[in-house]
Amino acid sequence: MNWNHPHTLSRRAFAASGFVWAVFLVLGGAFFRLQVLGSDQYAVQSRNNQYRPIALPAPRGIIVDRNGVVLATNVPSFTISLLAPNETAFRAVLDSIAQYAPLDAERYAAVMQRYRRSPDNPIDVMRDAPFAVVAALEERKSSFPGMIMQTEPKRFYPHADIVSHLLGHVGEVSEEELASQRFARARMGTVVGRGGLEGQYQDRLQGFDGHRLVEVDALGRTIKDEGVERLEPVQGDTLETSLDFELQKYITDIFPAFGDRGAVIAMDPRNGAVLAMYSAPSYDPNEFIGGVDPDLWNEWLSSEATPLLNRAIQGLYPPASPWKLALALMALERGVVDMETTMPVQCNGGYQYFSRYFRCWRASGHGELTLAEAIQHSCDVYFYQLGLKLGLEDMLRDGVQVGFSRKTGVDLPGEMSPVYPVTTAYFDSLYGPSGWTNAITLNWAIGQGENTQTLISMMRFYAMLARNDGRAPIPQLVPSDGNDRSFPVVARAENVALLRVPLEMVVESGTAVASRIRNLRVAGKTGTAQNPHGLDHGWYLGFAPVDDPQIVVGAIIEFGEHGSRVAPMVSRIIARYLLGPDSDLGRPIRWVLPSDSVPTADTLRPGPIRRPGTR
Amino acid sequence: MRRAGLDTPLLLTVTTLLGLGLAILYSAGQTDFPTIATGIWQRQLVWLGVGVIGAALIFRISPRILEWLTPFVYIGAIVLLAVTLVVGTGAGTAVGTKSWLAIGGIRLGQPSELAKLATILMLARHLAGRRGQPRSAFELIPSGIIVGIPLLLVGLQPDLGSALVFLGIFFAMLFWVGVSPWLLLLAASPMISLFLAFSTGLWGAWIVALTVLLVWLRPYILEALVVWGMNVLMGVVALRLWTGLALYQQNRILSFLNPEIDPRATGWNIIQSRVAIGSGGIFGKGFVEGTQKRLAFLPAQHTDFIYPVLAEEFGFVGVLISLALFALFFTILIRIARHAVDTFSCVMVAGVAGLMLTHVVENVGMTVKLLPVTGIPLPFYSYGGSFMIVCLLSIGLTLRVAWDSRLGGYLEG
Repeated sequence: MNWNHPHTLSRRAFAASGFVWAVFLVLGGAFFRLQVLGSDQYAVQSRNNQYRPIALPAPRGIIVDRNGVVLATNVPSFTISLLAPNETAFRAVLDSIAQYAPLDAERYAAVMQRYRRSPDNPIDVMRDAPFAVVAALEERKSSFPGMIMQTEPKRFYPHADIVSHLLGHVGEVSEEELASQRFARARMGTVVGRGGLEGQYQDRLQGFDGHRLVEVDALGRTIKDEGVERLEPVQGDTLETSLDFELQKYITDIFPAFGDRGAVIAMDPRNGAVLAMYSAPSYDPNEFIGGVDPDLWNEWLSSEATPLLNRAIQGLYPPASPWKLALALMALERGVVDMETTMPVQCNGGYQYFSRYFRCWRASGHGELTLAEAIQHSCDVYFYQLGLKLGLEDMLRDGVQVGFSRKTGVDLPGEMSPVYPVTTAYFDSLYGPSGWTNAITLNWAIGQGENTQTLISMMRFYAMLARNDGRAPIPQLVPSDGNDRSFPVVARAENVALLRVPLEMVVESGTAVASRIRNLRVAGKTGTAQNPHGLDHGWYLGFAPVDDPQIVVGAIIEFGEHGSRVAPMVSRIIARYLLGPDSDLGRPIRWVLPSDSVPTADTLRPGPIRRPGTR
Repeated sequence: MRRAGLDTPLLLTVTTLLGLGLAILYSAGQTDFPTIATGIWQRQLVWLGVGVIGAALIFRISPRILEWLTPFVYIGAIVLLAVTLVVGTGAGTAVGTKSWLAIGGIRLGQPSELAKLATILMLARHLAGRRGQPRSAFELIPSGIIVGIPLLLVGLQPDLGSALVFLGIFFAMLFWVGVSPWLLLLAASPMISLFLAFSTGLWGAWIVALTVLLVWLRPYILEALVVWGMNVLMGVVALRLWTGLALYQQNRILSFLNPEIDPRATGWNIIQSRVAIGSGGIFGKGFVEGTQKRLAFLPAQHTDFIYPVLAEEFGFVGVLISLALFALFFTILIRIARHAVDTFSCVMVAGVAGLMLTHVVENVGMTVKLLPVTGIPLPFYSYGGSFMIVCLLSIGLTLRVAWDSRLGGYLEG
């Protein structure tokens, strides 16, 4: 049968038609899968193609002091970002933008990398663009397809160097931070708080970003800018701090020029509210906004003065003479002494302990002293003996009880934990079990040796001394709902009351006599922390009024030589707070030269002195 | 000319397809920012006019004269292809290729489209002139040469998609003249071997299956050896050929296998095409309203990817209707081929059907990722002068064949 016989042809035609319809059935099936079964998914993809969300960054919450003085706020700035369909197009537009907006090689590379990481979202090319750049770009807008310019809030600190350490600063979230739970609300380019209150209260200050949808075409050109969909950002909460900006400013004004490094804290002992906290030298946190200049950053990092260090919570110093109050409290608590107890050896300028002679700061000696007098005159010989009486183990344990081994829990990140030996095992591991002697005890009793405290930690102790209930308040910059009943009790109230008497005498007629204020009963304690690297550091912690303390102020000035040089400054701060701006002592501070300098410590080496517990 | 003798179903189907195509082409030009597709439907209208005139002219030529003219047309087309290979230029989405013939910078057309028609005519003439259908692989050689020469020349441009069309024509026509499907399978086997060579396991299985087939079919020994040898050879040179492909061709094949390899570059076309189609849903986004198209996410939306515009705007319903129209069109072509009064016409119309079917299936299939992206136009829809004219000339030929069959008194049944 020939191939073109009608019958064979008819069979073949049938087969061919069947094939055609089968093929079209398969095609139809493929379309059915996409258009009917997969329609939802592709509709989403199509919508994602059509609309791009442009983030509207939430303004961070503002930070105010107790009287509403604004410490951190936001100002508008221009952000230039770019959207492009592919890397080639992105690079092309970026290059042409770069003609008007200066981008260094590093920034350029970072922008490109960001694009590769998230090509579907607009990429920030330049934040806080100068007005000239914005104007130049806006004028030629049509030649930069995909470029988006919008105003975004930028952080601004009106009183930058006065409150720098307190506030911390802000910066763009890093890759690692984005992955962490802590920054769940952040996206690439979000500005987050670092350090200080900005870091501590990041969650409250952050707010909720909004967005607007922009209709774009495949080249990223904006088709419809407004009116598609818009979700307004929600500003972060206003952070009401307990700070008293006037006081803070006063502190920075009177902080002595000779002590360019140091820290001051003012606190309300009744609730732990921090009224002021200053660390010198300070820096301008505005420099961090939009990325800190690398040169400046290196300068800060390499500077011996370490301006980025918040000395109030991060500086560790030997507690020195202010520590004597801690020792006195331990002794009273244990019932070893009372305020009238005298020591077997009276002060003749030093104390002979076996083969070693431990000097008192006053070479001529204090004579026979009661505990009250010993505190008032800061007699080292008395406290050497009191330390021996208590014993090292008990002193260490009691110090832990009072809270000297832990952070205070102030609501600032980066607080340093005191370096405090919890048991004598510490010395064993440091010097070897037979490598140290009981001479440690004497040194330790007067706040030297293996014990360094932060200013905030000492403040907590002195705030406790200022209270009537033996509770140690937790310092707080932002008042929380918790009441003072939640502060831990660390001492018996009657013992604390006993100690306040000689503390007032320190100011009335003791080592801090230069800081007396008429009409105001102030209690306080000076101190000199030995500094092996140079001049000694000066301490002073005081509170007033003695009968109803409303403020505790503590200060440490590096290379201040002696606390008595620090005391007048603290007094003026107290006066300023309690008596108002007009109460200024009306005369320049008379810096009184050293009076109760701590003697040079002997190096503690193994000697004939017995260790505690051995016979 | 007696209007009554025109094949009304074919005329109606083609007119509907052309109308729909023109409407979609108009829509493809409606974008937010002007593209090359903007207003292009007007130019398509000009080509359509030229095509209709051409079809009317060719309708008047008797198949006898056409058959006599065929060798000259074929040789002319081959010469044009050869010339194109030397002086050709690229254009549009395939700038790197040499598929256009231009004089003085004015592009005249794509000779490969003409060559498709010429090859159909030549092969029809050859097959119609034979006593019977080819019964062995060796007897397929002349047909192979007729199709092979233009295929090779087009493939060298390189235009893989058009080369594929020649294969479609080849197999459709041989099937129509009754060549055994097994023989066709043997003829296709080297190609299958070439593709399967990417997986050694699959290729091995194929060679085994082929050996069994050869033993069972019992062709001439030499023939069997040649077929078997070709298969092995293809398997061996596959890698060499692969590296010989242009980068964009390699990428197209790779991104067919996995479009997500590089969603912003090579895979972009297919992904956006599928998004356009899928987001159309059942009823579509409405005429001219397709966002994928409007915002220029669809690549080549006036040529290769015009079908997704239809799918996006008219949805699954529109797709079903247009696919049904095409299926109907092919059924009509098959009917006309079947009732042709002479063998030349009969085979020729089968060739036209093969040409059209390959275009439609490949073009529509690639938009949904059933087939790799090759960039061949969709008949009656895609913008393109040469192809539109060739399509209409084919319709002119087919109408003539239908006319003759009616005059000849061959009735259905």
